[in-house]
Amino acid sequence: MDWLNLLVIPIIRSVVIIVVLLTGFAYLTWYERKLLARFHVRYGPNRAGPKGLLQPIADAVKAVFKEEIIPGHVDKVVYLLAPALALAPALLIWAVIPLGKDFPAVADVPIGFLWILAIAGVESYGVILAGWSSNNNYSLLGALRSSAQMISYEIPLGLFLVSILLLAGDFSLVNLVEAPRAWWEWLWLWIMFPLFFICILAETNRSPFDLPETENELVAGFQTEYGGIKFALFFMAEYISMITTSAIMATLFFGGYALPFGIGSDILPILGPFILAGKVIVLLFLFIWVRASLGRPRYDQLMGFAWRTLLPISLGYMIITALLTVFFK
Amino acid sequence: MPELPIPIPPLPTLHESVFMAIALLTVVGAFLVVAARNLFHNALGLALTFFGVAGVYFVAEAEFVGVAQVLVYVGAISTLITFAIMLTRGMMYGATSPLNRQAGTAAIIAATVFVVMAGLLGSLPWPVAEEPIVDGQIVIANLGVGFVTEFVVAFLLLAVLLLVALAGAIVLAQDRK
Amino acid sequence: MAQDYFPLLVFIVVSIVFAFIAIGLPSILGPRRKNQQKQEPYESGIIPFQDARRRFPIKYYLVAMLFILFDIEVIFLYPWAGALLPLRDGYGIWLALVPMGVFLFILIAGLVYEWSKGALEWE
Repeated sequence: MDWLNLLVIPIIRSVVIIVVLLTGFAYLTWYERKLLARFHVRYGPNRAGPKGLLQPIADAVKAVFKEEIIPGHVDKVVYLLAPALALAPALLIWAVIPLGKDFPAVADVPIGFLWILAIAGVESYGVILAGWSSNNNYSLLGALRSSAQMISYEIPLGLFLVSILLLAGDFSLVNLVEAPRAWWEWLWLWIMFPLFFICILAETNRSPFDLPETENELVAGFQTEYGGIKFALFFMAEYISMITTSAIMATLFFGGYALPFGIGSDILPILGPFILAGKVIVLLFLFIWVRASLGRPRYDQLMGFAWRTLLPISLGYMIITALLTVFFK
Repeated sequence: MPELPIPIPPLPTLHESVFMAIALLTVVGAFLVVAARNLFHNALGLALTFFGVAGVYFVAEAEFVGVAQVLVYVGAISTLITFAIMLTRGMMYGATSPLNRQAGTAAIIAATVFVVMAGLLGSLPWPVAEEPIVDGQIVIANLGVGFVTEFVVAFLLLAVLLLVALAGAIVLAQDRK
Repeated sequence: MAQDYFPLLVFIVVSIVFAFIAIGLPSILGPRRKNQQKQEPYESGIIPFQDARRRFPIKYYLVAMLFILFDIEVIFLYPWAGALLPLRDGYGIWLALVPMGVFLFILIAGLVYEWSKGALEWE
């Protein structure tokens, strides 16, 4: 071990991941706008570049060159800290996602599962800080709603993760992907996938659970007082969270970097990241499909669903999984 | 790896410097809790301290405790505290003095506790592990085995404690009509 | 080993540095044309007449408290979940399931109580 291994390589890996995620974010906005346009039978962005492919670049340039406005009534330090704290967790989960056998994104730590859970736990900070520091009724209400929603859906999410851990019996995500599974295990996992996906939608504040930013009652929720690049960072946090959670779902439910039946990845390990990216793109389509199709529930319905429906279901699912594991594995 | 001309500092230095940075962060957070004039800033300082403590656990190779610390203290308890501040009228944005008439007493008690703790920690013989723990996963699994065998009574008492806390939370938050 | 986690620390630092660079960029690149209107809270064009200092329903506090309790429950499930198969093979099915079953039963009793008290309703 020397400084090269310890410091330089992790820094290079981190920078590469961040750059890839930023590009992914930029083109996810394009992907979403194009797809939503298709759902609405219109064209979507088509002016900047062929098929509007340069649109994200134009947007980025615009955000960077906007005037920096810090309203007079905000708490400056916390106001500036909030977007950073919103973005960081979305990036950090990537550290443990395996991109291939012996090829973790940053480090193959033996506690991949727990890392996901821990980072998800601090995700609500950016929102709370933004809402409080903005000193605006809309922001504060939006932040309270958003954080209450995030913590409520975290419990069933945690219980579902326990169930997956019960089946896998291993905290490392690489081992999870590599471990062979019986057919009933796959079936049982996939039954849970829609529920897990609902939790993820709520955690990422995505439509139809975007109640913190319902235009018609809360303007833009906790982001109301933010503009320019600071707004873009919240936006980025939401979209990178979508990419990140899609990667998690691909890893947990659909074999991550590996092809079905173990084809290919042993022959060409470099394929791993691309296979994972393909699965992520399919899952992202789900996010957008849901957004184009479903209306928002009321806030009481949203909270009631988390505590009265998802929590008992996830508990029951966990208990059945434990029994299945003990008796059949 | 080719040999570099300049001798490289040995690893413990890195380990120690990481520890120092994390400890510094923890102390800065603790200082914010006491000294910041705004209640919300105090709460953020507390979250920072909790985070630093989690870092110390990681440095001490107690990954599970570190993650539990982040989840429970940073993710849940600090959130509860910020909620409590947001729910309290008048305490949200105003600046309050960190000192009140108990400041002197508090300072004396804090200094005494510090001296006693430092003395105790310094004089105790600490057992040092011969070899580093290789696989954190096994440690966590052993913990799970411990819950249901050796420490099963404590484990079940904990469930009762959580139940009591649950009932308490509901009584506290009930509307008194 | 603790060293395995050092890359994660590096990643945390790099991410935070990146976020702050992004926040700092427009203050160098952007124009500066301040005026009074830009400084005011957003109220859909209406002049604000009240500060955002108001009380919120206690309900949010209750949710946060319930979250802590269930979060602790979930964190205790993890080591057990990771050790379930070794437990079954080493100590038998009963010891693998019964203590955790009792633990869960007590907590589910709490959940039922909470439900019956209407703490899970959100008017």
